[in-house]
Amino acid sequence: MRRIALSIFAAATGLFLSVSAHAQEKTLTVYTYESFVSDWGPGPKVKEAFEKTCACKVDFVGVADGVALLTRLKLEDENTDADIALGLDTNLISEAKATGLFEPHGLDISAVKVPGNYSDDTFIPYDYGHFAVVYDTKVMKNPPRSLKELVDGDPSQKIAIEDPRTSTPGLGLLLWMKSVYGDQAPEAWAKLKNRVLTVTPGWSEAYGLFTKGEVPMVFSYTTSPAYHMVEEKTDRYQAASFSEGHYIQIEVGGMLKGSSDKDLARQFLKFMISPEFQDVIPTTNWMMPAAETSEPLPEAFGKLVQPKKTFLMGSDEIAKNRQAWIDEWLTAMSRN
Amino acid sequence: MLTHAERRRGIACGLTSFLGIALFAGAPIAVLLSWDVESTQTRLFTAYTWRILRFTLWQAVLSTTLSIAFAIPVALALARRPHFPGRLWIVRLMALPMGLPVLIGALGLIGIWGRQGIINSLLLKLGLEQPVSIYGLSGILLAHVFFNMPLAARLLLAALERLPAEYWLLSAGLGMKPLSVFRFIEWPAVQRVIPGIAGLIFMLCATSFTLVLVLGGGPAATTLEVAIYQSLRFDFDPPRAIALAFLQIGMTALILLVVITLFPALDDAGATAGRSTRRFDGRTLPALFWDVLVILLATAFLILPLASIVTAGLGANLWSLVTSAAFLRAARTSFAIALAAGLLTILVSLAIVAAREAVADMKRPGRTAKGFSALLGGTSYLVLLVPPVVLGTGWFLMLRPLGDVARFAPALVAAINALMALPFVMRVLAPAIETHRKRTGRLSASLGISGLSRLGRIDLPVLAKPLLTAFSFAMALSLGDLGAVALFGSSDLTTLPWLVYSRLSSYRTNDADGLALILGIICLGLAMLGTAGQREAKHG
Amino acid sequence: MADGIVLEKVELRLGTRDFRFDCALPAGAVTAVTGPSGSGKSTLLNLVAGFETPDRGRVVIAGDDATDKHPSERPVSLIFQDNNLFTHLDLFTNVGLGISPSLKLSAEDWKAISEALVRVGLGGFDKRMPGTLSGGERQRAAFARTLVRRKPVLLMDEPFAALDPGLRLSMANLLLDLHRETRNTVLIVTHDPDEVGRLAEHAVFIDHGRILLQAPAKEFLGRRDIPAIADFLSG
Repeated sequence: MRRIALSIFAAATGLFLSVSAHAQEKTLTVYTYESFVSDWGPGPKVKEAFEKTCACKVDFVGVADGVALLTRLKLEDENTDADIALGLDTNLISEAKATGLFEPHGLDISAVKVPGNYSDDTFIPYDYGHFAVVYDTKVMKNPPRSLKELVDGDPSQKIAIEDPRTSTPGLGLLLWMKSVYGDQAPEAWAKLKNRVLTVTPGWSEAYGLFTKGEVPMVFSYTTSPAYHMVEEKTDRYQAASFSEGHYIQIEVGGMLKGSSDKDLARQFLKFMISPEFQDVIPTTNWMMPAAETSEPLPEAFGKLVQPKKTFLMGSDEIAKNRQAWIDEWLTAMSRN
Repeated sequence: MLTHAERRRGIACGLTSFLGIALFAGAPIAVLLSWDVESTQTRLFTAYTWRILRFTLWQAVLSTTLSIAFAIPVALALARRPHFPGRLWIVRLMALPMGLPVLIGALGLIGIWGRQGIINSLLLKLGLEQPVSIYGLSGILLAHVFFNMPLAARLLLAALERLPAEYWLLSAGLGMKPLSVFRFIEWPAVQRVIPGIAGLIFMLCATSFTLVLVLGGGPAATTLEVAIYQSLRFDFDPPRAIALAFLQIGMTALILLVVITLFPALDDAGATAGRSTRRFDGRTLPALFWDVLVILLATAFLILPLASIVTAGLGANLWSLVTSAAFLRAARTSFAIALAAGLLTILVSLAIVAAREAVADMKRPGRTAKGFSALLGGTSYLVLLVPPVVLGTGWFLMLRPLGDVARFAPALVAAINALMALPFVMRVLAPAIETHRKRTGRLSASLGISGLSRLGRIDLPVLAKPLLTAFSFAMALSLGDLGAVALFGSSDLTTLPWLVYSRLSSYRTNDADGLALILGIICLGLAMLGTAGQREAKHG
Repeated sequence: MADGIVLEKVELRLGTRDFRFDCALPAGAVTAVTGPSGSGKSTLLNLVAGFETPDRGRVVIAGDDATDKHPSERPVSLIFQDNNLFTHLDLFTNVGLGISPSLKLSAEDWKAISEALVRVGLGGFDKRMPGTLSGGERQRAAFARTLVRRKPVLLMDEPFAALDPGLRLSMANLLLDLHRETRNTVLIVTHDPDEVGRLAEHAVFIDHGRILLQAPAKEFLGRRDIPAIADFLSG
């Protein structure tokens, strides 16, 4: 009985929605993470620029982060309203593909320039950032110059890191350590443990501890100092350049099979790697653009660490081993 | 003593509430359990699960014990000093930690106790080489005591203030020494409410998540809630998340059962002549010194971290924050949700109290009736253990077919918040109503005062105070809650704590500090609402 | 004259204690219910008032079967030892609630309330709060309420037990005066033999949940042949 009532209600709402949608212009629904659509994020500018070219309306839906974005898509399955998912990162790609919800873009993406020449038939990079240890120059006079120095360094100089079970930067550090240390990663973690002040559930908590002066180092991005230089006019916070190279996080967008207007979706993906979109990214998302911008980047970006080598693991490999590596991490970090 | 109609109505209300809660919490669990996962990747009960289970319970036991051990002397001292300068404000202060987003509270605590905090700077000046680290179990305990001691102290104080004024006359008349007063009057009153309060705090600490991770220092400090979150968010393995949630509920219920057996709740007897309390004990100098010391320590313990939040918040451009469109929108949303959650939880609590009253009024309640009453009591209590992320995800799945979830989200978040506030509101309302009924039940029945007339003339005037307190509790809880919102994210549903987090995640620490300060001020306002009328009582 | 209150083969079990009452109390008279503490005096009163309902048997008040009636539907007024007044309401309202539970009062009612307060010696106390009164004054206010209720039966559970002896005497006189005016049926629970002699025409003696004796008060006070009663009267 209840089910019948529900479905009648659903049908009625559905009808109503589709009628009202038809009355308006075309709508492109973009699922992304919250900070992308916030007032100072890239969202408002991207929306304005794209709407000028498409005679359509862009509707952003912002969830907590990239992981929540994928969860939401899994929950909605084929009924999703999304035309575009914007904000997954390379670690999540094979899981995202496994849902069968995404459609290859079929576009020429030669304009994309990211370290490691990452390319994919379904997902297109729109920005990237290298993970890095960011430190407070007022406190740290001799920052570590390599991951090894970080691991072996003075345990009284602490760092705040993120938990790989709950956050993407946390997973990034895990993969970086794995890339550098391989099978020796557990031993390295056991050493690094003494320098870890605390492991936070997400980036915000760790970075909050850092800017409050509680800890002199934090696990973040090479681009973090750009924010402080541009917005706060201070070069107090700097990223440490590590000689082994840096692990990269590439943020990507893709179109969904169930999109009601695939041409429009494809048009948005193309727009995503055009200078109009890319111009917005550096000073709003505080990440590196994945393609040409129309003007040179702000001066501050020139002062950022330029990694000599980039690490990136295949997402299939990550999907296969993630749980085992997290278990390894747990064991190493819980040891007394 | 109730009329048949009243009894029927009470049972019906309780039944409706129970079914409502059961459906609201049970449906999403059922939906998630039936979610088709190809293969659950990891076994459920690994050594890891047991280890975090052990840690979860251990830290919760310690946190609860410490919170209550600290709260008892504070409540006793405050009860003994009805005219302590600024007492009303100290009591209001105790409502603040509740409404603070957890991360903000943690940052405030770190500002005082952290490596660069006041305490360590002091110690370093005194010649200490290395800062004392609070990260680890000690940090978790510190934070849990900060958040829960005031809650316990407020509830204990309320219990002490319900004691008949004659008791103090009596004890003075009998020449009781402080120890005897404690043993024969204060402790029995306190002991009656401890199981309930301990249970509440225990559940809060057992499900604590952000605090445990931020201050725990490493994955050795992990609660089951983290594992639930991980299996739902990262692994997307709903059946595993539900299994872990059941493990959490089962273990906590077991421990609560032990607590209740150890501290059986006695009958809350006693009626006052409605005179205001005057205390004749504790007039000696050492007693005065002790009470002042306890009150000052507790106040400092609470106010210092809050002050560090204020200091940080003043660095932001508060005016432009408050007048920004984003803030106004978030404030409107938050208030609407908190208001709805507050009202809903009060209604449900009243219904549950009415039903339990109706069962208690039966001459010989059958096993069903007794079981129903116990079930209601247990349900209104244990709902705190159902992780909001489970409720949110399940409801998301159910509401999906009905169209855009964003439109249902505010109602859903309000309902989840109401459920989370239920145990607190029950703690405040149930004893107050019980005392009130003892005092007026027979009289009302014999005069035939029932229904609306009883509500308006007999119940509301007396119960207005606890109702307001409960309402402000519930609103503060809802205002500070972030958990329920996370999955629904849309520009239509930005609450104040969400705004704080989103500023933090975009490097805008200053704005976040400012917003946290504003949230704190709002909670203080609510606390003032909740303690309204106490000033008059002082002169009564 | 019809019996005022009849308990017809009433049986009741409360926890481990059981009670059996079978008695008829005369209308228009003051009956004292007495006995050792814990014997079941208050239970008998509660059965008449409706706070307890019998497992078996009938309760008949003023000729009407009241067995299953709610306390408010029974033709009785009540005075307890304490808590007779709502402490947050003034005396006028407290008395007025005796007339109308929703406080819908006519001009006559207003007059009746003020007169009742005057009658019990609380003239001009209309706006006073119970907390500001002495124990005797609070009991007087409760009397004022029974006056305006005009019910044929008045039930009292140790109404003067909390008062000092001098006050107890003057309250007893007030009760007798009022009783002479209204000729209502009064049931008063007391454990004080002096009070039985002072107030009651009839007495019911209860022990271990049973009625041991039902007799005119004078006869009761002279009985020494039943050990329980002898103990009670001498103790």
